[in-house]
Amino acid sequence: MTATASSAYAGNGVPHLRVDPFAMDFFADPFPTHEALREAGPVVYLDTWNVYGVARYAEVYAVLNDPATFCSSRGVGLSDFAREKPWRPPSLILEADPPAHSRTRAVLSRVLSPTVMKQVRDRFAAAAEARVDALLEKRSFDAIEDLAEAYPLSIFPDALGLKPEGREHLLPYASLVFNAFGPPNVLRQEAIERSAPHQAYISEQCQRENLTPGGFGACIHARVDEGEITAAEAPLLVRSLLSAGLDTTVNGIGAAVYCLARFPDQFAKLRGDPTLARNAFEEAVRFESPVQTFFRTTTREVELSGARIPEGEKVLMFLAAANRDPRRWDQPDSYDITRRTSGHVGFGSGIHMCVGQLVARLEGEVMLSALARRIATIEITGEPKRRFNNTLRGLDSLPVTITPA
Amino acid sequence: MPAITFIHSNGQSERVEASEGESAMLAATRSGLDGILAECGGNAMCATCHVYVDEAWLERLPAMEDGEDALLDGTAAERRANSRLSCQIKLSGEFDGLVLRLPERQV
Repeated sequence: MTATASSAYAGNGVPHLRVDPFAMDFFADPFPTHEALREAGPVVYLDTWNVYGVARYAEVYAVLNDPATFCSSRGVGLSDFAREKPWRPPSLILEADPPAHSRTRAVLSRVLSPTVMKQVRDRFAAAAEARVDALLEKRSFDAIEDLAEAYPLSIFPDALGLKPEGREHLLPYASLVFNAFGPPNVLRQEAIERSAPHQAYISEQCQRENLTPGGFGACIHARVDEGEITAAEAPLLVRSLLSAGLDTTVNGIGAAVYCLARFPDQFAKLRGDPTLARNAFEEAVRFESPVQTFFRTTTREVELSGARIPEGEKVLMFLAAANRDPRRWDQPDSYDITRRTSGHVGFGSGIHMCVGQLVARLEGEVMLSALARRIATIEITGEPKRRFNNTLRGLDSLPVTITPA
Repeated sequence: MPAITFIHSNGQSERVEASEGESAMLAATRSGLDGILAECGGNAMCATCHVYVDEAWLERLPAMEDGEDALLDGTAAERRANSRLSCQIKLSGEFDGLVLRLPERQV
């Protein structure tokens, strides 16, 4: 793919690029195109999908932190809800603006607060130890299926309060949701065509009577009794946790393990000081950016870093490119578990910043801590296979062999 | 430009120059101070930029909002009456000389 800016400018100082950031060859190696997008200018125009794009840290941060101008209620994918019927009822939190967003956000923030994380911490840590026990038995395994997927699947559905039957729909549903943010390409079309059984499962599980008391799901429904949300809103907020709470952590943990396997010096450093586990996970989120992109829609004509963007335009934010912008990060292409990661936009920023970030960090920390204490080496023993999704970056398989500490 | 002082849990103090309008958290992380993690980057979501505000300054800070209050219940170190999140302390000239004590741990 060539990432050349054409000499034709739109007349508003915005360079046009003919790259498709939702094409398979782009997903296979997005980094050269990310660089081209960053270097073309602070704001670019992508002719393939007729959208504006921002790939530098400063502009991505600015768009994320101005929700009045760059709104979410018209969808955070390519589809503009003002012109096109959404493929599912919109999310009450992700695809909402203040003031409606503020109320639903407060509910989920409370359900997933630091206080709640203290309560689940021991359980999450014990499950990580149990998973590492099982991996040490195997020695050779697929670090995606047997670790990055198996660990979150062993705790998150229970923490949510889901019944055991039907959980095989969880990852396909999440994959569908993140594919659906993309353009009408094969990935999106096929995902939606196959969506019916997954959607049926999800909407059933979101009902109050199907959620175990004490779980995150039941806690959301309990806010109905306090008058904070309506009985009709609660299932849709549970749906947000089912959409965004699993595949994201799978890809986050997968990214971290892939990093530690590729960069043995960093794994050695982590083994020397397992308290670095939490930052090693955070740095993997910056380095790989499991959630690569999100869109916003302009509510008015706006000038951004000298570029004029009209009202009603989609703006694509390249979170992954911002996380490796040399204007913001020293040696951005190095995975460094001692880096000061504060400020990365792997979880977004501003009012829509990932509401489940504390769950993700907890899972990542306890898993990497267990690996650091109990495993001496992680060796990649086969060609890693990439999994393709319009929004998520991660692997489909990562064959590894480990040795015990 | 306001200058503020952070006192580490071992008693060592560190002076940080802040820009007008910047948060105490950002001033600390920008200058490379240890003891402030700020995992969420200043969005009042993680409670890892916890500080104890010097008693002499406590009343002069703007009141905290409900979100910050709830987050402080989840700090790793003990919550005290003078606990605040440093990302919610916006600095201006009137806070020149502000003293913030750091807890033993943020996670």
